[in-house]
Amino acid sequence: MHTQITHLLALWGSLPQLVRTVVWILVITIGVILCVAFLTLWERKVIGWMQLRRGPNRVRIFGMLPGLGQPFADVFKLLTKEVVVPSAANKFLFRIAPALALIPAIAAWAVIPLSPQLVVSQANAGLLYLLALSSMGVYGIILAGWSANSKYALLGAMRSAAQMVAYEIAMGFALVGVLMAAGSMNLGQIVQHQEGGFLAWNWFWLFPLFVVYLIAGVAETNRAPFDVAEGESEIVAGFHVEYSGIAFALFFLAEYANMILISTLTAVFFFGGWLSPFAGYPGIGHTFLGDPSFFWLGLKVFVFLFLFLWFRATFPRYRYDQIMRLGWKALIPVTLVWIGVEMIMAAIHIGPWARPWFH
Amino acid sequence: MLVEILFYIFATLLVAGALGVITARNPVYSVLFLVFSFVNSAAIWLLVEAEFLAIVLVLVYVGAVMVLFLFVVMMLDINLAEIRQGFTRFAWLGWITALALIAEITAVIWRNGLGGLDVGRGFVSEPANYSNTLELGRVLYTHYAYPFELAAVLLVVAIVAAIALTLRRRPGLKVQDISHQVAVRAEDRLRVVKVAAEKRS
Repeated sequence: MHTQITHLLALWGSLPQLVRTVVWILVITIGVILCVAFLTLWERKVIGWMQLRRGPNRVRIFGMLPGLGQPFADVFKLLTKEVVVPSAANKFLFRIAPALALIPAIAAWAVIPLSPQLVVSQANAGLLYLLALSSMGVYGIILAGWSANSKYALLGAMRSAAQMVAYEIAMGFALVGVLMAAGSMNLGQIVQHQEGGFLAWNWFWLFPLFVVYLIAGVAETNRAPFDVAEGESEIVAGFHVEYSGIAFALFFLAEYANMILISTLTAVFFFGGWLSPFAGYPGIGHTFLGDPSFFWLGLKVFVFLFLFLWFRATFPRYRYDQIMRLGWKALIPVTLVWIGVEMIMAAIHIGPWARPWFH
Repeated sequence: MLVEILFYIFATLLVAGALGVITARNPVYSVLFLVFSFVNSAAIWLLVEAEFLAIVLVLVYVGAVMVLFLFVVMMLDINLAEIRQGFTRFAWLGWITALALIAEITAVIWRNGLGGLDVGRGFVSEPANYSNTLELGRVLYTHYAYPFELAAVLLVVAIVAAIALTLRRRPGLKVQDISHQVAVRAEDRLRVVKVAAEKRS
């Protein structure tokens, strides 16, 4: 058994770099899609429990765990439904828009370090790459809204695009703060520079930026309470009102993939990625709990995803002008002030700036 | 070899996209062709290891500028027939501008001798741990610190001017003061009145 595993590892190592990268890309993409499937179920369950309901509880897999088969039932239902293309729609853009929404959400995983060893690309400009990709996600939404040739869809697309452009700035400035604290744009190094236990992570010294990033992340993914892009009572369903079947499912997939992405990025930028919260503390830090691993990242991502669901279940929707005010007049000034504070912290060498890489 | 093949693919797509910008009948298609050209030129920059420029091109132009372009073009009610009026009448002006531009670019390249580049030598790649962003930052914040700051000040002035242009106060306009709305408390709006119970007559 043991020799077989060594053989397999040797075989894996002998494959060309290109093949290995392609295999990793496939593994990560399928993993993200499976996570999305179960996230939809988890969301409905959590919101159900918060509202004293049971949530989905009919479809079973192999007769166990009621509700576990729900995502697959949903996928099969959507796959077998007809994709209706409105007769006055711009056919080409209408068909390509869902793909444009989904591609950036999945392509961003290329630079995210899942564990100390596991990352598809150790790009030096990883952080910039992420910013560029997240700014491209808006095209899927705008084009979907415009090409459908529907008033509601266009209104939803306009709202969503304005909101995303506004919150991207706050997000970018929050990341400038992370950049200053890490001294690198490589995501693996950003994680490594936070080494040293729970209080050494970026959230402690960059707490306002963490809050801004999380709020901007919720707004960027068009999730409640910032989901005016699909405000049901005002514009039916927003930009994807004309989409049906699997084309609608792709937008759904993109939204949830973006949620997982933002949660992962929050964990990487502010909560030490794959680092253990116990590392560096005497006693527990020397056991297996102190080791960095993929499971710590998974746990952190799970907590942030739960926050997304919690927000949706508890907060009423923002009014559109209030969203704009929050983005431009509250979040951006906070980030600017905190970057100034960071300059002072760097000048007197405290926090992350007391570490050896800074000198 | 792979790089050459990729270069020719991206370059072909770039030229095709650029042609699409000026030949598309629908202005929204023009904007989308421009986005396509930007993405392809970013890919070409990536091939020559200028990853900072490539990513910033996508981030700034594709992610922000073109989104606003698309916004405006989608909202406008453009009468295409009106725009095309006088196309042949002004075509000579366009040709002259295009030729002058090409002449200027050629002259600059000619005079600088391709900036000292030895074209025959081919492209030399940098070592693996070379960070384009780091090098650019190092130069921008030391050698060119003053021009860089000047450019920043210029941009801030432009921002202030743009905002000042859109700001206009109209008397008698009813608007919501959101900070006022957010700061409101229940006691300001709601008065609980205690009404004494009356005896049934």
